[in-house]
Amino acid sequence: MTQYIVLSAILFTIGCVGVLTRRNAIVVFMCVELMLNACNLALVTFAKQHGNLDGQVAAFFVMVVAAAEVVIGLAIIMTIFRTRRSASVDDASLLKY
Amino acid sequence: MNLTVNAGAIVHAAEGGAIPVVHPGAADGVFSYLWLIIALPLAGAVVLLLGGALAPRALDRVGHWIGTATVAGSFVLSLAMFVALLGRDEEERQVGQQLYTWFQAGGLDVGMDLLYDPLSALFLLLITGVGALIHVYSIGYMEHDARRRRFFGYLNLFVAAMLVLVLSANFLGLFLGWEGVGLASYLLIGFWQHKHSAAAAAKKAFIINRVGDIGLSLAIALMFATFGTTDFAAISATTGEVGEGTLTALGLLLLLGACGKSAQVPLQAWLLDAMEGPTPVSALIHAATMVTAGVYLVVRSNFIFDLAPIAQTAVVVVATVTLLWGAILGCAKDDIKKALAGSTMSQIGYMMLAAGLGPAGYPFAIFHLLTHGFFKANMFLGAGSVMHGMDDDVDMRHYGALRTYMPVTFLTFAMGYLAIIGFPGFSGFWSKDKIIETALADNLVVGLLALLGAGITGFYMTRLMLMTFFGQKRWAEGVHPHESPRIMTVPLIVLAALSVLGGVLLLGDFVVDFLAPVTGVAEHHEPPLPPIVITVIVTLVVAAGVAAAWFLVGKRDVPREAPQDVSFAVRAARADLYGDAINDGLVVRPGRGLVDGLTTFDRVGVDGVVEGGSAAVGGISGLLRRSQNGFVRSYALSLLGGALLVVLALLAVNLA
Amino acid sequence: MAFWILAPIMVVAALGILFVRKAVHAALLLAVVMIGLAVLYAVLEAPFLFAVQIIVYTGAILMLFLFVLMLVGVDASDSVVETIRGQRALATVLGLLLGLVLVTGFSQLALGTAVGMEEANRGGNIEQLANVLFSRYVFAFEATSALLITAAIGAMVLAHRERLTPKAGQAALAAQRMRDYSESGKHLGPLPSPGVYARHNAVDTPALLPDGTASEASVSRVLAARGTVRSAPAYADDIDEVRRQLGAGRADQPVDGTADATDPARMPEQSGKAGAPATTEEDVKTTPGRSSSPPLRSSAEQRPGDPA
Repeated sequence: MTQYIVLSAILFTIGCVGVLTRRNAIVVFMCVELMLNACNLALVTFAKQHGNLDGQVAAFFVMVVAAAEVVIGLAIIMTIFRTRRSASVDDASLLKY
Repeated sequence: MNLTVNAGAIVHAAEGGAIPVVHPGAADGVFSYLWLIIALPLAGAVVLLLGGALAPRALDRVGHWIGTATVAGSFVLSLAMFVALLGRDEEERQVGQQLYTWFQAGGLDVGMDLLYDPLSALFLLLITGVGALIHVYSIGYMEHDARRRRFFGYLNLFVAAMLVLVLSANFLGLFLGWEGVGLASYLLIGFWQHKHSAAAAAKKAFIINRVGDIGLSLAIALMFATFGTTDFAAISATTGEVGEGTLTALGLLLLLGACGKSAQVPLQAWLLDAMEGPTPVSALIHAATMVTAGVYLVVRSNFIFDLAPIAQTAVVVVATVTLLWGAILGCAKDDIKKALAGSTMSQIGYMMLAAGLGPAGYPFAIFHLLTHGFFKANMFLGAGSVMHGMDDDVDMRHYGALRTYMPVTFLTFAMGYLAIIGFPGFSGFWSKDKIIETALADNLVVGLLALLGAGITGFYMTRLMLMTFFGQKRWAEGVHPHESPRIMTVPLIVLAALSVLGGVLLLGDFVVDFLAPVTGVAEHHEPPLPPIVITVIVTLVVAAGVAAAWFLVGKRDVPREAPQDVSFAVRAARADLYGDAINDGLVVRPGRGLVDGLTTFDRVGVDGVVEGGSAAVGGISGLLRRSQNGFVRSYALSLLGGALLVVLALLAVNLA
Repeated sequence: MAFWILAPIMVVAALGILFVRKAVHAALLLAVVMIGLAVLYAVLEAPFLFAVQIIVYTGAILMLFLFVLMLVGVDASDSVVETIRGQRALATVLGLLLGLVLVTGFSQLALGTAVGMEEANRGGNIEQLANVLFSRYVFAFEATSALLITAAIGAMVLAHRERLTPKAGQAALAAQRMRDYSESGKHLGPLPSPGVYARHNAVDTPALLPDGTASEASVSRVLAARGTVRSAPAYADDIDEVRRQLGAGRADQPVDGTADATDPARMPEQSGKAGAPATTEEDVKTTPGRSSSPPLRSSAEQRPGDPA
């Protein structure tokens, strides 16, 4: 089962780097989803490892929350794009010194 | 107030040598109106100064009469009490009246208490008597001044404050009066504040007096720390239990206060400038009453000074220097009021000298204070009368030959003149002679210097007299000297009579015995020469001064302009013996330098630290804020760094 | 075995998300990863999650992503050029470090024999999940439902745009256009359609102005942002090539515009696509701004095909 965990870690790290390097807000968001999915994989793996369903339930909850998050996040991106004509996360940098 | 008279203490004091204890009895009979003596002029001041809002016209018409009447009323009360006091036994001649508790703070319980004893009694008579006369005189003198009502309000305020000063039964009340007369003095010197010189003189007097007041207030604080009270009674009863060092400090601080108020040498510079005020003010405040408050303070604090010989010595030194200083100034001044002011300073020096000589001198200090109050007020008012006739010209070089044009002024002034130089039989003769005699008995050098001062007094007063009333006419164009109206000459006549007859107080050693319950009785010192010989010597020295004046001034023509090619001594005397320059060099310029240094330090040092600190914080913040660049990805990067640290830490913990 | 087949594919796809330039490609790569995950869930005896992963994630969420991408359109942020100094290098270093630590750390794990889901899934995975969900996790479940409702309302609030001014009618818009024209000389008529060019009328070919230059207004902004606009003069230059393609047999025909303008056979491409009357090259050069596009448009933003 270790290989699942390692795969989960690799996907998580890739998601991390993606969040840090991509500028398009939508791609950044996709990378966040990738990280969530990596976590889900680990949860499901643990469920099998321990032979109970709690891990799967947790993964289920993660999915629900991720769905809600995507809805709101994409709405925010749309709103920002509507006012700033840009979907770049770097353009929304007014909250600074 | 202590209602039971501890007769034993006073008897003990009267036996001689011991310091009397202030021990007032209850105020009954006429003495129960003691408060009224202060309240009358105070009410007058309030009405005159604040009543203008209600009825300005009516008050302008009768205000001066109100002011005069209140002081006259106080005088009548004082006289009645004086008579009543004489009717009492010597042991019962101290009366206390407790009006109300002024304030109570911690251990300090100060009552608004009055003390009426022989010393106060004499002062009351002088203040209200001479004060009333000068009020009357002012009615004429200030007739054409648009602000006469205010002038009388200030005069009443002064009289009230002065009465508080001499009637208070504790040092704090005395201080209240002390500051009150200082305020009144300030207001009256600067009464014609549209003149720049008057405004400046008022400020100068006020500020120099503050220096002395610091001494007095420190003395009061020290008293509270030492005795726990400021009552004369309580302090006089316990001075024997306190170390001499403390008493010396107290004495020196009180002397500093006295120097400020009485224009003694380190703090003398304000008195001559104070002559910018109206002449009645000069007569009342700066000759007869307020400037003698320092003498009153020393005599009143006899229970301190008697046990502090060093302080007494300091008093004598200050007094001797001042009496010569003032006399020298008087010789060189051409301004008649300033010459008289120098004389005042010198005469107060005599009083302080006597006061510094201990119980032997106290009565003569007060005696000279009274006679000086008479004849100096007389002469100031006379000088005012002369100025009145000469269109307010004060330069004696513009006078001359006025004796026939102003006969009453001349005659009354002459009475004052004869009194001050000590012409045998006149009041000044008795008082000054006694002081010189006491001084000679105490210390030969001081005595001789006092004797020299008497000679100089003869010189400068004769010079003043000759330049004003004798010699050639040196009047300015269009000046028509005339005698002053009756309302001004009558007070002159009364004061002249007092100047002549003031000596009666010494008949049968009346003053000495009368004041004994306050000042104590001196051990008898044998003077180096028999008194009659001393008297003759004093008279001869004065005569020499008069003769010198006659030859130097009377026999020559007096130039209308002051000659400039004069000796260094005359130049120095004309410049107040460089008193202002000394103050400037010793106090003002170092003070200004200190202030400049402090402001520079504040600007560079303190502000530098503060602003440097803020600039450092600001700079660091400016650098730190660069990390707040607003880029979400930067923040996420630091988040990742933090997460990595946590993971590494977990790993390290697990591996360890 | 499914794992060893899928894992490399998923890692490569995930890495692709980092490097592809276009967001659409990233979305498709993400879909690959998610479907791979779904299969892994099935392998890990989680059939319900397998279904949910496909339906919700790959089906709904990714479609939402694509939908928003369509709305937002092509953007300069697609560029992979880094703008924050040091960000990429630091991110790479830290990411590698994290990956290294995690991978090495997890590979050290000795998990022992997996218990397996036979016991837990007895009676059916979905039934057992439902048992757990509606018993032990019922409060979390309820909270989740609240969260979903909140998200729905939030999305509506955020997407809603308050109309602050009355909607402009056709008359008002026409008046506004006239005003703009009088004040700033803004082009009054419809925008030129792309590809109004004798040789090429594709949407990525700009129309030519009378002086022979390309009209930027005639091509979609998205195409311009992508840099896929073709240069019209480039076609003009290889006109000989075109002619050769059209048939060497007609080489006797002149090319200076004197040819018969009504012969559709000579311009097969154009006549086929634009549906406009066949024109000669000469016609195109003299009337380049001529538009065959239909309706009035108030602004360039409303051009069709704007979002990629």
